[in-house]
This record gives sequence, C-alpha cells and structure tokens, in this order.
Amino acid sequence: MKQIPAPLLTLVIGIVVTLVSLWVGQNNNMLPVQASEQAPLVDDLFNVMVTIGTALFIVVQGAIVYSMIRFRQRKGDETDGLPIEGNLPLEVFWTAIPAVIVVGLGLYSVVVFQEMGGFSPGGHHNHGTMVAMAPQKSVIDVAPLLSQASEDDLFSKTQVYGFGAGSQTLGNVPDLTVNVVGMQYAWIFTYPDTNIVDGELHVPVGQDVQLMIEAKDVIHSFWVPQFRLKQDALPGETAELRFVATREGTYPVVCAELCGAYHGGMRTQVIVHSTEDYADWMASRVASATPTSTVAQPMENATDAEYLAALAPELVQAPVQIAQMSAMNMDHASLR
Amino acid sequence: MAQADISVAPVVAQGGHNHPDKWKWYDYFTFNVDHKVIGIQYLVTSFLFYLVGGFMAVLMRTELATPDSDFLTPELYNAFLTNHGTIMIFLWIVPAAIGGFGNYLIPLMIGARDMAFPKLNAIAFWLNPPAGALLVVSFFVGGGAQAGWTSYPPLSEITANLPQTLWCLALVLVGTSSILGSVNFLVTIWKMRVPSMAWDEMPLFCWAMVATAILALFATPVLAAALILLVFDINFGTSFFKPDAGGNVVVYQHLFWFYSHPAVYLMILPIFGIMSEVIPVHARKPIFGYKAIAYSSMTICLVGLFVWVHHMFTSGTAPWMRIFFTISTLIVAVPTGVKIFSWVATLWGGKIRYTTAMLFAVGLLSMFVFGGLSGVTLGAAPFDIHVHDTYYVVGHFHYVLFGGSVFGIYAGIYHWFPKMTGRMLNEPLGKVHFVLTFIGTILTFTPMHSLGIQGMPRRVAMYDPQFTDLNQLVTVGSYILAVSVIPFYINVIWSWMAGKEAGPNPWNAMTMEWTTASPPIIENWEVLPVLTHGPYDYGFEPKEAATGEEALVPK
Repeated sequence: MKQIPAPLLTLVIGIVVTLVSLWVGQNNNMLPVQASEQAPLVDDLFNVMVTIGTALFIVVQGAIVYSMIRFRQRKGDETDGLPIEGNLPLEVFWTAIPAVIVVGLGLYSVVVFQEMGGFSPGGHHNHGTMVAMAPQKSVIDVAPLLSQASEDDLFSKTQVYGFGAGSQTLGNVPDLTVNVVGMQYAWIFTYPDTNIVDGELHVPVGQDVQLMIEAKDVIHSFWVPQFRLKQDALPGETAELRFVATREGTYPVVCAELCGAYHGGMRTQVIVHSTEDYADWMASRVASATPTSTVAQPMENATDAEYLAALAPELVQAPVQIAQMSAMNMDHASLR
Repeated sequence: MAQADISVAPVVAQGGHNHPDKWKWYDYFTFNVDHKVIGIQYLVTSFLFYLVGGFMAVLMRTELATPDSDFLTPELYNAFLTNHGTIMIFLWIVPAAIGGFGNYLIPLMIGARDMAFPKLNAIAFWLNPPAGALLVVSFFVGGGAQAGWTSYPPLSEITANLPQTLWCLALVLVGTSSILGSVNFLVTIWKMRVPSMAWDEMPLFCWAMVATAILALFATPVLAAALILLVFDINFGTSFFKPDAGGNVVVYQHLFWFYSHPAVYLMILPIFGIMSEVIPVHARKPIFGYKAIAYSSMTICLVGLFVWVHHMFTSGTAPWMRIFFTISTLIVAVPTGVKIFSWVATLWGGKIRYTTAMLFAVGLLSMFVFGGLSGVTLGAAPFDIHVHDTYYVVGHFHYVLFGGSVFGIYAGIYHWFPKMTGRMLNEPLGKVHFVLTFIGTILTFTPMHSLGIQGMPRRVAMYDPQFTDLNQLVTVGSYILAVSVIPFYINVIWSWMAGKEAGPNPWNAMTMEWTTASPPIIENWEVLPVLTHGPYDYGFEPKEAATGEEALVPK
C-alpha cells in the first residue's frame, strides 16, 4: 500500500470532510417547518445522521472515484494489480468504527424516542378517554377490549400504541382530547368534551393535545409532516398520539397507509389556532352543534355513508368527493 | 469418498448416452434437468417479466407527471403498483439472482456436474411460469390485486377478491419454488464440491448463496402461512385478520415482514456474491478480506432474521419493540459496511479494466453507499415515524434494489454472458446502456427522498400540487430508465446470435467455471477439474503450469 497519502494530506482531507459534513448536516433544508414539540427532536437526530452519512459518503465515494482514476488499466499493461489479500488491522478498524457509530445512533434514538413520548402511550390518563370513545365503540366491535381496559389500567397500557406524554408533559392530564376515526377516504374528528364533530382538526397552540386514533374500515395512517408524527389507525386497536403544537398555522393531515383507490385523496388539515381563536372556533361550533343523539344510534351495520351521515352531516358526500374536496381545500402555501 | 462418488456417478451416465451432445434451442422450452438450461430458463423468464414490471412503472410515472388522477383509473393505478412490486421482486430479481445465476454458476464454481437434485431443480423452475400467468390472468378477471405488494388486511380482504386470491396463490407458488431451490443449493454446496476444494477456497458467490438459501428456508414458509390464512379469510369465511370478528390485523404484518424483510437480503446477498466475483477479475487483484466478506454474508443472514418490525414502527407496535428493532436494524449496517469497504479496498491498487461488467459493479457500489446510508436513517425509529410509508422509503429501496440488485444482475450478465453463450456482448452498446442506466437511476430515485421528507406519501395516484416539479423530474428519469433497456436487449439478442466468439476464458478469470468451454458442455467437464489455485489469486507469481494431476493449493 505505497499509495497511502502523507499524514498531512490525510489530516487536511479529514478536516475538510468534517466541515463539509457538519455544514450539510445543519443546512440540508430538507425537512418541512417544525410545528410540534417533537419536531426539533426528530430533526436534530436526522441532521446528526445526515452529518455522519455525508462524511461516510464523501470518503467512500472519494475512494471509489480515486481508485477508478488512479488505478485504471494503462494502455498496453496486461499485468495484474498488487496481490494484497487483506489487512487485519484495517478490517478491524472499519468494522469497529461503524459499530461504534450505530450503537451511538441507537442510544441517541432511544433518548429521542423517550423525549417524544414513545415509552408512554396508553398511560393513566387514557382512562377517561376510553369512556369518552363510546360512540365509536358500537361501530367496531372492541367492546370487550375496552371494558377490560376500564377495569384494568395495566391491561389498557398494553393495548394502546403510539406516542404518549413526552418528557415535557409527563404526568400531566392532557389539555384536550380528540377522537380520530379514519375511514375510506376521510378523517373524522370528535371532541368528546363538547361533542363537536369535524372533518378538520382544530387545536390550540401550546396545549397538550391527545388524539385517540382508530380506523373504521381498513388501516389508515394519521400523519402530519410538520409535527413529524405518524400513527397507523388500526381497526380494532387503539392508538394514541400526543403532541404540543408549537406554531400557529394550517398543516396537512395525510393518510400514509394504502387504504384503497382514493388513498391519495385522503387529505385534510390541522389548524393550529391561537388560544383566543381556538376559543372562538369552539364557541361557534358549540352554538351550531348538531345534537349528538344521532351519533348514539346503533350503527353496527352502518355503511360508510350512513356512518358519516350520523357523525358529520355536513360531510355527507360520496367518498370520492370527500377525497377531491379535501384535496382542494388544502392550503398549499402553508405546507412548508 | 462420498464426494467423489457423487461427482463420478454422472460420468457413467454420460457414457450411457442419456442425453444428446448438445442441447437444441427447443430443449430450453422443456422440462430439462441440466442446471445450465434451468439457469438460462430462469434468466430469460425473469428478463421478460422485468419488461412487464417496467412497463407498469412507466405507466405509473406517467400518471404521476400531473397531481391529478387523470391517466389511469385509481383502481388500475393500485393494481399496477401492487403488481409492479410483486413482479419485480418475485419474478425478476429473485429468479434472476438466485434461480438464474445460482443454478448456472454454483455447480460450475465448485466443480460439480449438476445440482444435487436435478429434477427438483426443474420442478422449482416450472413453478414460476404458472405464477406469472396467475398474475397476468388476475388483470382480466377483476382488474388485478390492488392492496399493494404487502397486501395488508383488511384492505386486501375487501378489495378485488378474486385477483387477490390469485395473487396469493402466485406467491405461494414462487415461495415453494424458492424453498425447493434453497434445499438444492445447500446440499449441492455442502456435498458436491470437488474433493480438493475446502470451504475457504469456495468462490464468495457460493458463500453468498449459502446465506441466501438458509434465509429462504427459515423465512419463506412464514409468508406461505400468512398468505394461506389470507386466502381462507377472503374465500372461506375465517377471520384470522378480521378485527370485527376477533381477528388481528397486526399479526398479518408480523408474518408478512418476517419473510419480506429477509426477502430484501434474498435479493441482495446473491448480488453481493456477484460483486465479489466481478470486481477482482476486472480489477486484476485478489478480493480484499475473503473471510470478512464470507462471514459478513452469514452475519447478515443471522441478523436479517431479527429486524422485520422496522417496517411496522407506526403500526400496532409496542415501545420496547420499536427500540429493539431500531438497534437490530442499525447493526445490519456493520457487516454491510464491511463488504463495501472490502470491495473498495479491492479496487485500490488494482489495474482496473473499464469493462461494462466492471462499470455496473462500481456503479452498484456507488448506489449502495447512498442506499445503505438512507437505510440507516430509516432504521432509527424516531425519524422513521416521520418518513415511513412516504416517497423517502420508495427512494431508499429503489436505490438498494435497482441501484443494487438490478445493477448487480447487469454486471453478472455482462460478466458471464460469454460463458453462458460462448459469445461476447458488444462493449460500446454496453457502455451506452450503463450511462443511461446510471443517469436514469440518479434522476429517478434521488428526488423521491426529498418528496417523502416534505410530505408526499407513497402509493398515491393523486398528490398535492406543491410536489409537481420534483415528480416530473422523477418521471423524466423513469423514461430514461425505460429507454436504457433498449440497447441492452438489442445487445443480448444480437450478440447471442452473432457476437464475437468468447473462448473458454475471455476475462482471464481464476474461478473454476472458466476452465471449461463456453458454453460449457453438458455435465460441464470431460474430466473433473482439479483445484490448482485459489479463486482470486491475481498478481501472484504464476505457479508452475497446472498439470491437472495434482492439486496445488497455495495458502
């Protein structure tokens, strides 16, 4: 290996690669705006991975390109290259370094995951929520599960997936709980405290919001890119997604799990209000709220349209129309 | 010795003239037990399905050139996305890499006259055409399966029932084929090496196939179980995956991914083997770190069985599972890195021939570095939560499956086509093919990462108009990829008929398949070969000319 460059050159290349990688890691600008407390945590992790990835990418691609040029066959040279079959210290080195990196990334991921609330879905405070979810209970036959859940908090803990209280909100009762039902091809948001039903999610900024997510028909996935949060809506399983929105605005709610022909049209939005605007919205909706008695009707055999008619009369349209409508309602300018 | 007995037995058969001296063209359309015929049957069939799957991709990208659903019906779009994935995995990469190269090369590389179970081998191949036929038929009896190649219930149970059932049966057929093939590879490599070949003198492709076969044997039956249960749910009123009748939808996902994550290693391990063969020959240098590469295949095989839940981080997955599978997934990066570094070190100090085979191998190396790094980001659960089921994932797995597996298959074809047909492929045409493929790959799959991070989910026929520009770039890239196969197919067909004669060893390679004629005679050698040097002994002082009598095994 006579080609090993001088130590000085190696040092200079190392410094340059490090600086470039650090710059790319901080300035890749690939992620959308941050609108939840979890978002900066995720973005920091991503940027660290981009930094490390950029460094490895430059070094390996550099070695490939360098070899392809420096060690190309010269005209008329039909001989073989150097008979080097290995180099144990070098091989140990390039096994150990990635091992250290991935263990480090693994530990960092655990920390981020914990701060995001990944370890606490289905914590104590769901108890009341479970009861509040009664309207959906009749639609999907999870009554046995839920009754067990009410009896035994420990059991309910194993039943709920997703994200619970983050490090900031651990031990608190959520400020607002919204029940979310995914169906082909719409999201239905029910506010159990006020019986408001809406096709869009309205939340106040800076408040601890808990979503209890379920699906009515097939698997959907609730995703708000600006929150960096996603949770599948599963028929027959309850999932929690808890967040504090940190930035007022309108953001897309996207279905991320293939749910049928119009999956791509299953979009709506989450509106993060200031505290006052949220109170106004709530007041206006409570004033005009349709009585929820319709919701309590037995609906075991309801079709999607009947279900929708009872829950959200103003949303009764063919599913396709809902899909197109929600696509048109998107506030494109606010996405980034 | 048992090994000798097995190897010698067919010689007697040859004396008995149980087969002609040379296969005719129509023998390739029959139930033939010659491993070389079967290998070529696999390759040709898979290259046909490659066109079918590619055609679907081009139609989907045309749909996605505009945000609205205005070219295909959404149902047809979903049928294409389902069958594009299914065909590219089960009827293109798996049969080409494992069935094609595995069958053709393994006996030739270890000095055997055929596979251990030739009839079983032929049966394994002939399970594939009916599987393909079932998928094609499914389009005419109800519009094709539309629930994605993952076919998660309940969607797969309420959508297009008949095509979905046919889809399940097709996969059970190719799965069975894969199990039969794997048994054959393991026994062949275990028992039928020439007596003079020790385990650590096998070409690395054989090690890769050992790892592949073990993985397929462990994982494939689980997929078959999941699909059979799905068929019962759809057709016979059971409720394994029906939540309203006590079933559980998440169980299916576990069963499915217990196979389907190892399946990505099934698609890349043989390709890693091809890389380890192609690079030393065209760099004229011994493979760097033989043992590290061999053991890293086995490590990937082992760890690869314990990472499947990273496909389910946003599903019904308990917190401890998300953490366990984050860490196990990240660990896979270590043995994969070892391979990549070893290949780069093999290039270092070589005398690199710019053959098309080498260009594709080095192209793979470049692509895989990027795809591997984006794979690490996906392994970290907190970030995966954001990009799961988005175009970021689509970009990532096409980098490793197209930039990885497909580049590797091309490298293998350019490298072994002279052996298989006795004729050289046209190099200038090959280089046009490489350049188009390389540019097309970068243009098609790089912008997808950005789309996913910004908020575009995967498997959508309609999308938010803010993503239009990048999608159009991707569509242009996909058209370049579509065009790139034209010089390749012309090259293969023309060279097969009228290419330059190759001779037994056009690359001056040292593995055993190059010691026989091109194409090899039936039963491979007149007299069984003797190992005179290691598979990668490039650059050493030439040993005294092998006499064919004694085994010279340099250590």
